Parts: sequence; C-alpha cells; structure tokens
Amino acid sequence: MELFFNPFDNLLCILLGISFTVWFTLLLVFIIVPAIFGVSFGIRRLYMKTLLKVFEWATLRIERGAKEKNHHLYKPYSNAIIAKEPTSLEEEIKEIRRSGSNKDLDSATEFELSDIFYFARRGVESIMDDEVTKRFTAEELESWNLLTRSNYNFHYISLRLTVLWGLGLLIRYGFLLPLRVTLAFTGVGLLVFLTSVVGMLPNGRMKNFLSEKVHLMCYRICVRALTAIITYHDSENKPKNGGICVANHTSPIDVIILASDGCYAMVGQIHGGLMGVIQRSMVKACPHVWFERSEVKDRHLVAKRLSDHVEDKSKLPILIFPEGTCINNTSVMMFKKGSFEIGATVYPVAIKYDPRFGDAFWNSSKFGMVNYLLRMMSSWAIVCSVWYLPPMSREEGEDAVQFANRVKAAIARQGGLVDLLWDGGLKRAKVKDTFKEEQQKLYSKMLVGTQEDRSRS
Amino acid sequence: MGSRASRLLREEEIEEIKKETGFSHSQITRLYSRFTSLDKGENGTLSREDFQRIPELAINPLGDRIINAFFPEGEDQVNFRGFMRTLAHFRPIEDNEKNKNASASEPLNSRTNKLLFAFRLYDLDRDDKISRDELLQVLEKVDVEQKMSIRFLH
Repeated sequence: MELFFNPFDNLLCILLGISFTVWFTLLLVFIIVPAIFGVSFGIRRLYMKTLLKVFEWATLRIERGAKEKNHHLYKPYSNAIIAKEPTSLEEEIKEIRRSGSNKDLDSATEFELSDIFYFARRGVESIMDDEVTKRFTAEELESWNLLTRSNYNFHYISLRLTVLWGLGLLIRYGFLLPLRVTLAFTGVGLLVFLTSVVGMLPNGRMKNFLSEKVHLMCYRICVRALTAIITYHDSENKPKNGGICVANHTSPIDVIILASDGCYAMVGQIHGGLMGVIQRSMVKACPHVWFERSEVKDRHLVAKRLSDHVEDKSKLPILIFPEGTCINNTSVMMFKKGSFEIGATVYPVAIKYDPRFGDAFWNSSKFGMVNYLLRMMSSWAIVCSVWYLPPMSREEGEDAVQFANRVKAAIARQGGLVDLLWDGGLKRAKVKDTFKEEQQKLYSKMLVGTQEDRSRS
Repeated sequence: MGSRASRLLREEEIEEIKKETGFSHSQITRLYSRFTSLDKGENGTLSREDFQRIPELAINPLGDRIINAFFPEGEDQVNFRGFMRTLAHFRPIEDNEKNKNASASEPLNSRTNKLLFAFRLYDLDRDDKISRDELLQVLEKVDVEQKMSIRFLH
C-alpha cells in the first residue's frame, strides 16, 4: 500500500514546489521590483479598461431586464429624491401669506397659522433626503459593478449575469485576495524591518535619504497590495518641507496613497497592537508626530508640537486630515481650525475615488478595520485621482476659520465634491442646540421686523 | 459581502403601497432605500432617535412635532408602511387624480388631508381641538416676544 502512494505523493510535492516557485518569481518580477524602482508595467490600467467594459455590459443587461417587466430602473445616483427650492425663510413665508390672505401686505399680521406650512415642509423634506446623513454611508452607484454589496436591482438579474458574477467572485476571492494579502504582509513587514535598520544609522543626510527610499518602496508595495490605480495631477505643487499638507478624508488608505508619491511626517495617536509597532518603528527612521492618548486632548500641546515641527525646515511636511473623520467622498465637511492657526503654508490636496471599482469609504460604525481591509482587498481595484493644489497662506484680516473654509472650498471645487458647512462629527454626535436656536431667532426676527415697520408707518 | 437592504421589498408590498399612497414604483424603492439607511438598528422600524439623527430636522423648530406625526398614538416604532403613509401627505396633487371615482376613499395627499396634517402639528394632545394652551405653547416655541398679540381668541 505504501509503495502505491509514495510516487503519487512525490509527484504532488514536486508540483506544489514548482507552482510556489513560479508564483513567487512572478510576484517578485511583476510587482515588487517595479515597486522598488517606482516604475509600472501598465498592467493595472489594462485591467481597469477591461473591467469598465464588463460593467457597462452588465448594466445594459439589467436595464433590459427591467424594461421587460415594464418598470423604471431604480437609479440611486442620478438625481436627488426630491426637488428642493433654495428659497429663504422670509421669502417662503411671505409667499404663503400672500396667497393665503386678501389683506394688504403692509398690515401683515405678526404670526399666521399658515406659517407652519414652511417648517412642516422643510422638516419632511429633510426626512426624505438630507445633506448630512447620506455622507456617512457608501456612495450609491449608477451602474452595477458585479459586487453584491452595491446593487439594488436584484429583481432583474438574469442567468448570464449570475454566471458572470460567480466568475467575478472566484477571481476576486480565489486569486486576487490571496495575492493582495501576501503583498500586504510583505509591504508591512519590510516597512517595520527596514525602518528599524535605518533607525540605527547616525542622523544625517544618508539616514534621511535611505529613510525616504525605504518609506516610498514599502508604500508602493502596499499600493499594489490594494491594486490601487492612482493618477497624480499637478505634481509641481507637491508639499515642501516646513509646510502642512491637508486633504479630504475618506479612509485610512488615503495615507498610503499620498505617502507613496512623496514623504510626509504623519500625525496621529499612538495605538496599541500592530499599528503601534508600525508607528514606533517608523519614527526611528524619520520624525513623525505621534501623540499619547492623554496628550491628544490638550490643544495647546498639540499646536506647539506641530508648530515646532513646521519651523524646523529639515523636517518633512506634515500630513493632516482636518475633517477629523472619514466622509464618503461625495462632499467635504467642516475643517477643524487647529491646523490652520499654526501659520505655516498650507498645501491642499484633493483626493477623489472612482467608486465603480470598489468603494473606499470606511464606515467605522459598521465595519472594523480588519473587515474593512478585507473588503478593500476583495474589490476589483481602488481607482483614484489626486490633485496637488497650489499652496495657500493665511491672508491679512482672515481668521483661522475663514482660511479653513477657503482651503476647503478649493479642495471641493477641484475634486468635484459638495462643499458643506456641517461638522463631520455629526456622524456620531447630535447637533448642538445653538443651531436650533438660530433658526428660531431667524423666524422671530422676521416677525419682529414687520412689527417695526408697522409702528413706523 | 451582505446586501444593502436587510430585507428586500416584495412586489406585492410595493403594489399595496402604490395603491394606498399613490407613489410610483421607483419612488417607493427609492424611499425604501432611504428608510433602511435611517434604520440604524436594522430591525425594519424607525424609532424617534433615528429621526433625530438628521441634523436638518433637529434644528427645525417644529422638528419634534413632525417626528410625532409619524408615530401613531402610544407607539414608539414606525414601520415602512406607516412611514410612507405619513410621507404621502406631501405628495403633489396631480390633475388627473381630481376626477377619480368619488366612491374611493380620499387620497392621502388631498387638500383636506394636508390641512389635517398641519392641524395635528398644533394639536398636541390629539383631541382634534386646538386649545388656547396649545397655541401659547406654539408661540413660546417660536420664541416670539411678549409684545405680540394673540388676535383671534376671546
């Protein structure tokens, strides 16, 4: 019996050995070596073009299925749910009163029962579709990208589409995911190891040079681990030493995307676990700004450390995400003014993801970090565009908040995102009562105003 | 991988809602998606907290009363049917509906029902009357100065 199985076993072992060797050689040649030197074979772009064609075909099939059943296809992305008119409180209430009463407007009453129509309609409009809550969930797509996580038209999927979807599933989980996980481990492992090695060198130009190369290489491997296809625009505006780079925040991947094209000093809180290990080894090679949990609350301490870092021109530019939380990449929310008070030159960067290939938004209330990374690695790809905007400084007579809003508007314009004044903190916290009181003040000002006109005439 | 809706809407349900409220097929699916995105507990119903999470509604001076309009007497959860029934009040009146058969019950978005909705925003204790106290409460809420006179009583 043993004699019968042995040659079979041997053959199996040999086959496994060969396939592993081939696998690793391919990995090395096509992915890791280009990452080290920063070149690209263009395989990823070809992949992207093929995928787009497949998605278009899939959407056409769904549309055809819908037409057969005589239904309108649910297209979430194209329009908003309802038509909102951007009229002010005063205009609308005057309109309601004008149509309601026969009385002359000069002798307008102070309060009309019909005023309630305005508030009721605005309230129900915001229930049907509001500007804020939808920023904290993944963006909805117009065409189907063969992932069940982003489809609403399950009724219309034909057999052919299901087969295609199954094939996609096989490719993504059977081939792409293991590949990417291997790369990710390689990238992170190399980062920790090499930065510790570089950290042992004495401070000087050699150390900085090596640290730069090491960081770039490891981030490039991580970029390939996510199959991220990034297009950088206007690289002449890349942040320089002594400046602060601000960008809109969609996911932790933003850091990898920016850091694979330039060297930055990161800012953040020290974590425990694997994150902490990575952070501690990174700071050996070049000065990042890590805070202990207790220090984060102390705003003056934070500001002091940041401004000290910025003044030292030999240190790398700081990378900050002023929104403070992840937003779903359809809008830019309020920028916290802390980084704009320091007085350094600000280099704005706009990052816009293409959601068709995989949604990069991290919904931290729904998914933990590991779950999120697995979802990222099992999407088709992460496609994004990065725009480096010209540097901005605070102008005369401008305070930090106005400066922050100016930068935010520039980023929103470039990235094609909606510029919102709402605070990203609304993801978790309730809106402050002072905002409600402002609405009440607005209404009562309008009422009191008419009283003044009356007493004058 | 998980799909977006914890439960898909069945065709029969869509038809029933269409008959009751007059919304079209795509409007119903779109509002269902909105309903599920507001439903953080993913149990198919909305509570008052789910509504209060909408910032634009929270700063509306009548926000709490509008939220109350969704919940029938004594209940704390509203399902999708109830949600649509209340939203139906705000559907525009189309011309071809004006001449529908008179025997059918009045559509939810008729002029009378719209006025009834607004009336109920004032009528806090739901006794179908607006008492003087309820009206004074409204005026307090909108923060009008004491000088303003209440003309239509006495």
